[in-house]
Amino acid sequence: MSGFFDRLLSRDKKSADQAKERMKLVLIHDRTDFSHASLEKLKDELIGVISRHVDIDPGAVRIDMTQDGRQQRLIADIPLKAVRRRRLG
Amino acid sequence: MPAKVITITSGKGGVGKTTATANLGAALALQGKKVVCVDGDIGLRNLDVVLGLENRIVYDLVDIVEGRCRLRQAMIRDKRLPELYLIPSAQTRDKSAVSPSDMVRLCEELRPELDFILIDSPAGIERGFRNAIAPADQILVVTNPEVSAVRDADRIIGIIEAEEKGPPRLIINRIKPNMVKRGDMLSADDVIELLAIELIGLIPEDEEVITSTNRGTPIAMDNKSRSGQAFRNIAQRLNGHQIPFLSLDQDTSLFGRLGRIIRQGGN
Repeated sequence: MSGFFDRLLSRDKKSADQAKERMKLVLIHDRTDFSHASLEKLKDELIGVISRHVDIDPGAVRIDMTQDGRQQRLIADIPLKAVRRRRLG
Repeated sequence: MPAKVITITSGKGGVGKTTATANLGAALALQGKKVVCVDGDIGLRNLDVVLGLENRIVYDLVDIVEGRCRLRQAMIRDKRLPELYLIPSAQTRDKSAVSPSDMVRLCEELRPELDFILIDSPAGIERGFRNAIAPADQILVVTNPEVSAVRDADRIIGIIEAEEKGPPRLIINRIKPNMVKRGDMLSADDVIELLAIELIGLIPEDEEVITSTNRGTPIAMDNKSRSGQAFRNIAQRLNGHQIPFLSLDQDTSLFGRLGRIIRQGGN
């Protein structure tokens, strides 16, 4: 079903835009030799390490590779959970 | 001043390296420079036919390297232009006949007598490519606005940077302005953003490149041709001149051309 909607959406999208989006991802992975699968693994490990120190919502963690000129960056966005303080006496 | 060595490469085959080398050679020679074009594609010789000099080959690059002739004997002079020469590659040998240090030595010998040495690199990232970039002072990467050509260009740019031969500059060849306008072809800006290197030339798709290649006359020698103009502009930029890039959004359809003729008539 989601495939149907994807097709519906991508039909309106210009092929040049699709090419550019696809190339952005491909080039980042080519340049760093770092696959999507390893990125997911890294994310899981990172969540594990950080959770030992501070309370986070694993579902809200985002890790992305971005291009800055010919440099690649790993950007992690890890929202912290608010601390529930015990009400004092 | 000793010659600058400029290598033209691409990663992917068929994007227009040889056409670019021949045309930049012709354009630089038209601008009064002493130029030699070296065909670095051993076993797949083509620069000679593109330049229309195939019938005049006696000695080739491997003959020079292996000492069977003097450098001068293998340099074929293009009689249509004041100072354009070709050193053809060998057709019956393979890439291992020449080493990167052979290419460096060859260029050192050529440098004092010339303004530009242009090396046409073979496709790929193997020996022939390594030979072609070894003596380079500057590298031009040719690509087309297509995913496979862009991806291979990126790979080659990475290798050039790792070899500390960079940063290379980019030629985007075979742009179809009408397709770009429709959103069906990567624009020059898209390609530059993806590859993140400096642009040195934009060449529109042009059927006349095929007809002029059929005749063995580089399109850069045709004053009326837009793609010829694009190559002449790159030659100017190689000489350090600041030349604005051609605007490629001109409508090349019949109606667009008629419209332009009418507007020009009105002026």
